[in-house]
Amino acid sequence: MEFVNWALSPWGENILVRISWDLFWASLVGGILFLVAHGGYMLFSPHHKREAGEVDRMEAAMPGLPAAIPRHSFVARIFHWVMAFSMLALVFTSFLPVVGIKFAWVYWHWMAGILLTGSIIFHIIHATFFLDFWSIWVGPKDIPEAKAEMMREFGIDAPGPKPGKYPLGNRLYHLAVLVAGLGAIGSGLLMMSRVRTPIFERNPYLMGDAAYGFTYVLHGLTGVGFVGLIIAHIYFALRPEKFWITKSMIFGTISRRQYLEHHDPERWAASK
Amino acid sequence: MPAQIRDVMPAFELFQPASVSDALGVLDRHGADAWVMAGGLDTFDWLKDRIRRPKVVVDLSRVAELRGIKEANGGLEIGAMTTLTEVSHNQMVKERYALLAEAAGLVASPQIRNQGTMGGNVSQDARCWYYRAGWPCYRAGGNICYADTPTAVNREHAIFDADRCVAVNPSDTAPALIALDAQMVINRAGSELVVPAQDFFVGPEVDITRLTMLQPGDLLTAVRIPGTWAGKSFYFEKVRDRQVWDFALVNIASAINAAGNSISEARLVVNGVAARPYRLEAVEAFVRGKGRDEQTAEQAGELAVQGAVPLRHNAYKVPLMKALVKRAIRGAAAWNS
Repeated sequence: MEFVNWALSPWGENILVRISWDLFWASLVGGILFLVAHGGYMLFSPHHKREAGEVDRMEAAMPGLPAAIPRHSFVARIFHWVMAFSMLALVFTSFLPVVGIKFAWVYWHWMAGILLTGSIIFHIIHATFFLDFWSIWVGPKDIPEAKAEMMREFGIDAPGPKPGKYPLGNRLYHLAVLVAGLGAIGSGLLMMSRVRTPIFERNPYLMGDAAYGFTYVLHGLTGVGFVGLIIAHIYFALRPEKFWITKSMIFGTISRRQYLEHHDPERWAASK
Repeated sequence: MPAQIRDVMPAFELFQPASVSDALGVLDRHGADAWVMAGGLDTFDWLKDRIRRPKVVVDLSRVAELRGIKEANGGLEIGAMTTLTEVSHNQMVKERYALLAEAAGLVASPQIRNQGTMGGNVSQDARCWYYRAGWPCYRAGGNICYADTPTAVNREHAIFDADRCVAVNPSDTAPALIALDAQMVINRAGSELVVPAQDFFVGPEVDITRLTMLQPGDLLTAVRIPGTWAGKSFYFEKVRDRQVWDFALVNIASAINAAGNSISEARLVVNGVAARPYRLEAVEAFVRGKGRDEQTAEQAGELAVQGAVPLRHNAYKVPLMKALVKRAIRGAAAWNS
């Protein structure tokens, strides 16, 4: 198995060209194996949520809670689905030709990339000024929650903290997508300097061969990374015990009981 | 930079099958390691320059069933290993498809036409010298087009449909075959695949490392020309730097069905301007029902070059192509104006 492809430049130098497509297959197979392993595990060990009796008591203690708790604003949901569409378009336009389905992919790929870039810029502004910016980040303060969540995943009713607005898995996934997404966007924009588009003046001399090689490798690594990330995301979005989160990304709200079962009201105060 | 050894071929295992089934067996066994050789004119360039180093070469010169021209369903079937000289001199081809006879007769030199084959001519690789020199360009699996840089020498390159790579298809017979609505017969994994000539050629937007749809293991066995265009009005012209022996800068092949002076149907294909033979469908639609006169020719020429994007050194191809389209519409009167 190769990790990267090298080529001999006209000046006799060995230069990086791109990642080996073996890595695409590794990411695809890895993602599917994770899915199978996790799915098998979950058959025997369902995730523990807050006990019904405790939820009843909390519900009684908080009579002012609305029946439907807003979780994602309309604008946030639009952003999510636009980003999802552009991500899928990017992954399919880049890897379908690799698996033998040939079509004119470059145009659709950079168009989807521009859509993703625009949506991410919008998201950064929206999240910074209109959302609870820090609610999605992870840090050392989340270690107790990570330990408690891990115990619950193993079927133990752990007393540790419940998540705020976003479960730890969501926040870790967001971090992974952030790193891979910014890498893909940055490298993709540089790669567009070698493609004819109406957006940039084509300039193949923008960087040297070696710098372009690293850029292509970075783009490839983030691309194959997204294959695994997207498989995991779609899998979790469709899992029965997580489907309430997916529904909230469609309809915007969760029920009062879901709020109390899965969240810590002190860390995420529900709005009315 | 160390000196590169040229003109001495790298070692490979040579197979000389005597039948199509034997050839397919070898190709099946060796897959992407096998190199199919027809007349050898493209092949030996690659091998002697040591740019390509196949483990196995499958020489088709002894496969008799791939040679010859025969009647087939009201048209002709030309074996892939039929030489260009045979195609250009064959009486049936000359009488019915003079377009192809002329195109084949203008390929390179008499010696090359004696050795070069129909299948080889349509399957030959791009002649971009950056690519042929072994530079790691897009077409060679790299991530740059050396011919599309501000300082590149790109006089012979594409003015249409460039997608990262700007190499052009060098074949003379390819545009003639598309104009005649020919079909390419391919043996793929033991079954026969028949595709229109137009779809046989692919651009870089679809596959940047190939000029045709042929994959490892595929064997082009024949070209079938339907009777539809037999005996119609044809025009072929090839413009090249050296009249005795050269690839086309631009060539044009047209087949026109005319009733009196009115064009009822036309097919026009230009090569040397894109990575695949460039069919002028907008022009074909425009001239349908129009008179075959100077006004139609002039407007067709203007229409043909719309969307052209010349590189630094090949803007001359735009007026050249326009002129060739005008001449093709004028037909027999091409040189009168």
